[in-house]
Amino acid sequence: MGSPVAKTKYIVHGIFNDEVPMLDACRKLRSSGIRIKDVFSPMPVHGLDDAIGLPRTRIAICSFIYGLIGMSLATLMMWYMMVSDWPIDIGGKPNWSYYLAVPAFIPITFEATIFCAAHGMVLTFYLRCWLVPGAKAKNPDPRTTDDKFLIYLELTEQQSLKAQEILKTSGAEEINQKGSFIVPPAYTLEEAH
Amino acid sequence: MHAESEIRVPLILGNKSYRQITDDIIRPIEAKPAKGWYTLVTIFSLCFLWGIFSLAYTIGIGIGAWGNNNGVDWAWDITNFVWWIGIGHAGTLISAVLLLFRQKWRMAINRSAEAMTIFAVLCAAIFVLLHTGRPWLDYMLFPLPNQFGSLWPNFNSPLLWDVFAVSTYATVSIVFWYTGLVPDFAMIRDRVIKPWQKKFYGLLSLGWGGGARHWSRFEEVSLVLAGLSTPLVFSVHSIVSMDFATSIVPGWHTTIFPPYFVSGAVFSGFAMVLTLMLVVRKIYKLEAYLTIKHIEYMNIVIIVTGSIVGVAYLTELFIAWYSGVEWEQYAFLNRATGPLAWSYWAMMTCNVISPQLFWFKKIRTSIVATFILSIVVNIGMWFERFVIIVPTLCRTFLPSTWNTFTPSFIDIGIFVGTIGMFGMLFLLFSRFFPVIAQAEIKTILKSSGEQQKKDAASHHTHA
Repeated sequence: MGSPVAKTKYIVHGIFNDEVPMLDACRKLRSSGIRIKDVFSPMPVHGLDDAIGLPRTRIAICSFIYGLIGMSLATLMMWYMMVSDWPIDIGGKPNWSYYLAVPAFIPITFEATIFCAAHGMVLTFYLRCWLVPGAKAKNPDPRTTDDKFLIYLELTEQQSLKAQEILKTSGAEEINQKGSFIVPPAYTLEEAH
Repeated sequence: MHAESEIRVPLILGNKSYRQITDDIIRPIEAKPAKGWYTLVTIFSLCFLWGIFSLAYTIGIGIGAWGNNNGVDWAWDITNFVWWIGIGHAGTLISAVLLLFRQKWRMAINRSAEAMTIFAVLCAAIFVLLHTGRPWLDYMLFPLPNQFGSLWPNFNSPLLWDVFAVSTYATVSIVFWYTGLVPDFAMIRDRVIKPWQKKFYGLLSLGWGGGARHWSRFEEVSLVLAGLSTPLVFSVHSIVSMDFATSIVPGWHTTIFPPYFVSGAVFSGFAMVLTLMLVVRKIYKLEAYLTIKHIEYMNIVIIVTGSIVGVAYLTELFIAWYSGVEWEQYAFLNRATGPLAWSYWAMMTCNVISPQLFWFKKIRTSIVATFILSIVVNIGMWFERFVIIVPTLCRTFLPSTWNTFTPSFIDIGIFVGTIGMFGMLFLLFSRFFPVIAQAEIKTILKSSGEQQKKDAASHHTHA
C-alpha cells in the first residue's frame, strides 16, 4: 500500500430547467461511475431516488416503533392510575384488573399511539434533516426552491471533464464550477500498519 | 413522462410554468393586500373584540353569565364546540384521506383546509376550556400528579377520552400543516427581498434546501402522517359523539352517533372550506388553481355526506318509533313539534333538502349558488348540534325540571367572537403564508396543467 495522499475534489453544479433532462443526466452520470452527491429541486421528483441510487428512507419504521412506545406508555399509565394506584369504585364496580376494564381504555391507548407515532416521526425527520430554527439554508443556489433543478457533484480531476460533458449533452442550462476542497488523507487500519 | 388520460379535466388552467406558479402563489405575500382584505380584517377584529370582552366577563362572573340553567346545563357552549371541531375535520380529510386516495385535486385546497382545521380547533378549544366553569383549573383535565391526594381523572369517561383525542388531533394537525409549509417557506425565503421578510421566512423555513434525501423523507413523512391522521380524524368525532351516546339521555343514547357525527363533520367542514376558498380565490385571483372543477368535486362530497346525514336523521326517527321506548319516541316528537321545533325544521331544511340542489350540474358549478349553499349548510350543521343538545335537555325525565333556553348577550358574544377570531386568523394566514401548497402543485403541473395536457394530446396524435 502506498502512503495516503490528500485528494482535491472539485464542486460542480449542473443546473436544469426541467426534471426530465435532469433525471436523464443523473442516470448517465451514475452509469459512468460518478457518484451524485445530492440533487436540489423545488418539489419532490418522481423516480429521482432510483436515478441517483438512494435507499428507501426508514423513517416509517421509526414511526412504528414510536407508536409501540406510545401504546405501551398509555397502557402503563392507565393500569397504574385506574387499577393499581386508585381503582375508582363506580356503582360498586372498581377496576379489579386491567384485563376486565380494558374496553374503556382502548380510545386513549389509540390516541396515545397516534400521538407518539406522529410526533416522534416528525421530530426525527426535523432532526435527521437538521431542520431547526436558525439553520442555514441548505440549498447551494436559491433558484432551486423556485424552478431550477440542481445536480450537486463533488468530483476528482479525472471525473470532472467527463461529468461536465454528460451534463452538457443532457441539456443542462448552466454548469457552474464552485471551487474545490481538499479531502484529507484517510488513514485506514490497514494503511496505518 | 407521466401522462394522464385526456378525459380528465385539467386542474391548473392556462399555460403555467414552474416559475409562474411561484409568482402566483407568492403574490399575496409580496404585494400589498387588496382593500377588501382590510375591510374583512376590521370586521372580524371587531367581532373578536366582542368575544374577548365576553370571555373576560365569563371568567370574571362565572358561567352564570350564559343562558344555561339547571336543566339545560349544556347549551351554546357544547353546540359551538362540536360545530367548530366538526368544521375542522374537513381539513384533515382533504389532506389525509384524499392523499391516501391519490386525489390530485386536493393539492389546491389542502393547505388552506389544514389552516382552517387548526383555527377551528382553537375556536373549539375556547368552548371546552371555558365550559368547565373554572378555566384556571383546566390543567386538572390531564392526569398530572397533584397535591390533592391520589386523584386521577376517570379513564372510563368519554369526556376524558375527548381531552386526549382533541389534544392529539390539534397537535398532529399543527405538525402536519407546518411540515407541509416548510418547503414553501423556503421558496419564499429565497424569493423575498425585504430584510425582515428574509429573516422571518428564513426562520420559519428551518433551513430547508430541498435535497433529494430530504424530499424522500418529506414524502414518507407526509404519507405516514396521512395514514395516522385518517383513523385519528374518525376517532376524534366518534369520541365527541360518545360524550352524548354513553349517557342515558333519550335522544342521545344511540349507537348511530359516531358515524352520523363523522359524516356531519365532513359535511360542514367541506362547506366551510368552500366558503373560504371562494373568498380566497376571489381576493387573491387564484382562479387558475381553484377551478370550477375543484368546486364541483367539493360539492359532490357535500351531496354524499349531506345524504348520509339525511339518512341518519330518518334512521333516528325510525328507530325511535321501532324501539317502542316511549322516552325515546317522546324525545324525537319533542324535537320536531316541541317548543324549539323551528330549530329542528331549520336543520332539516338546511342539511337535508338544500344540499340535494347540488344534483343539478348548473348549481354545483355555479360560484354564487355554491357560496350561498355552503353558508346554508353551516347554519344547518350548527342547528343540528343545537337540536341534539338544547331541546333534549329542555324535556328530560323529570317534568319539574322542564325548562327552556335563551342565549344571553355573553353567549352570543363568545360565539361571534370565535367567528371573528377564525376569520381574522384565516385572513392573516392567507396574507403571510402560502395559501396553496406550491411544491405539491408543481408535481402535478406536467400531468394536469391545461397547456401541458394539450401538448401531450397533440404529441400523441402526431405519434
